[in-house]
Amino acid sequence: MERSTGPVIPKVVQSIDGYVTNEGIELIGQKLELATAEVTAVSTFYTQYKSKPVGEYHVGICTNTLCAVMGGDAIFSSIKEHLSIENDGVTSDGKVSVEHIECNAACDYAPVVMVNWEFYDNQTVQSTKDLVDSARAGKPIPPTRGPKTLRTWKQNSAVLAGISDGLANEGVQAGEPTLLGLNKAKGGA
Amino acid sequence: MSKLTPVLSAHWDQADSFTIAGYKRNGGYTAVEKALAMQPDEVIQLVKDSGLRGRGGAGFPTGNKWGFIPQGDNKEHYFVVNADESEPGTCKDTPLMMANPHVLIEGVIIGSYAIRANYAFIYIRGEVTHVVRRVQQAIEDAYKAGLLGKNILGKGFDLELVLHVGAGAYICGEETALLDSLEGFRGQPRLRPPFPAIAGLYAKPTVVNNVESVASVPAIVNNGVAWFTAMGTEKSKGFTLYSLSGHVNNPGQFEAPLGVTLRQLLEISGGVRSGHKLKFWTPGGSSTPIFTDAHLDVPLDYEGVSAAGSMLGTKALQIFDETTCVVRAVLRWTEFYKHESCGKCTPCREGTWWLVQVLKDLESGKGTEADLDKLLDLCDNIMGRSFCALADGAASPIISSLKYFRQEYLDHLSIGACPFDPTAATLFESAGVR
Repeated sequence: MERSTGPVIPKVVQSIDGYVTNEGIELIGQKLELATAEVTAVSTFYTQYKSKPVGEYHVGICTNTLCAVMGGDAIFSSIKEHLSIENDGVTSDGKVSVEHIECNAACDYAPVVMVNWEFYDNQTVQSTKDLVDSARAGKPIPPTRGPKTLRTWKQNSAVLAGISDGLANEGVQAGEPTLLGLNKAKGGA
Repeated sequence: MSKLTPVLSAHWDQADSFTIAGYKRNGGYTAVEKALAMQPDEVIQLVKDSGLRGRGGAGFPTGNKWGFIPQGDNKEHYFVVNADESEPGTCKDTPLMMANPHVLIEGVIIGSYAIRANYAFIYIRGEVTHVVRRVQQAIEDAYKAGLLGKNILGKGFDLELVLHVGAGAYICGEETALLDSLEGFRGQPRLRPPFPAIAGLYAKPTVVNNVESVASVPAIVNNGVAWFTAMGTEKSKGFTLYSLSGHVNNPGQFEAPLGVTLRQLLEISGGVRSGHKLKFWTPGGSSTPIFTDAHLDVPLDYEGVSAAGSMLGTKALQIFDETTCVVRAVLRWTEFYKHESCGKCTPCREGTWWLVQVLKDLESGKGTEADLDKLLDLCDNIMGRSFCALADGAASPIISSLKYFRQEYLDHLSIGACPFDPTAATLFESAGVR
């Protein structure tokens, strides 16, 4: 059953190295008594595992159909141009990387942008430019539904590896679209 | 607004709805006391009698699934929650777990007790950090409150609950791929039979249920079968979360009895984007065949949607108005399926790749009319020919869009380009794109 931790441990590696390094793969292989090829086979299957460094703030722009149509495509192309990088690219200062992502289960908040897998809802071209600029300046705009401050890629990788950062109680319980049906049922606007 | 029936969402407007204190203040964790005072088989029968059907897409009766677990077999049983919500358009489980993870945990305890499982897992997608935090915290608080661990509530029932965070693979929402991933492998679907109820996680009897299905159980235990079956339609009982998104004035979550129509939900919510009209929509995510404005009055229950040629799926109502190019929409979904195909089955791996090539040509106006038949031929050759339903899902938007919008595909060819202006479809169109 130790093997079950296989898909989780690369997150620990990412929390320290920032991506799944060869050294990390060898270490996982030793700990779980697996060949490095077996570890690599798993880590390359999952898109959240990165084989090369990403930025301190990894920006995912949803370009699946609904977000794309409602503005995701425009945001994605504008941000690439704004930062002078391509998909999966990293800015020269190492601060920001950009990736187009698939549906992130927040369609009622479209267009959606994720940074280090935190929600930035109802984005526009300008709001996303402001967001990446603030991240490059080291003072990132906080998530819409998330903790009070945006944590770094490595810090959030640790959370996803199961290491609590104690921030669960920060942020809203729900955004407006989540509450719309409830409010309508109560006779609200 | 009598059509809406907030149950799961009833207390989401309270700022601390996600905490154990908030949940208990609203009557949380009383259902588990009732359930643990019953015999496990009585709990299974109650869920069977309620008619609750899986809310993750397939609509299989939840109580029957629980009843399939062999009892007295001296084997470990496992209860697994599928929280890997990733189907395009689907956005109900994620806000549910953010606003109230404890109702899910209470459902897990009840379900595990019913099927005699002492280990349970929540497989949550890894791309929602704050939701992971909330569920982690909730599990920790439930342990501290004696609701998980040894001798729960002094009733002699033990349950260990593990949160497993995924790493970005849509296919892991398929239950057997999820189990492979949980065991530490690439998430690839298994051939069935055997079904998970006989040989699931670690080849042991396993139930895999969707978040919303499990979260619906405490309310059924507390309020009873008659209360639940009073809502919904003949074969689709109860309430459910409908997720309205896209070109509407007010997107969001709406909890209503099964059988409500899109027309009713649009009336309640504030309608299609002002100044525009409905063109096409999905009733249950991108894997369900699209509908048009001719389907506004289809009852959104399992039978009604199926009779109209689609599937209720996850009740993800993605609305697109007349500014949207259907070929562009379908191409983008197809690119998604190509990207997410796990590669195990050749018809899906190769077929989705070719679908993208043909659709790209069509979208840019470079294809020929024969390509439309080629698309259908490809779909025919990948549907039902793979271990899981991903390829079937890939074919759905293509076949249904050709059924309703064949002329729009032809218009691309006669013009030699896409006739639509993508900026007109964006939300910030009036503000200017750049």
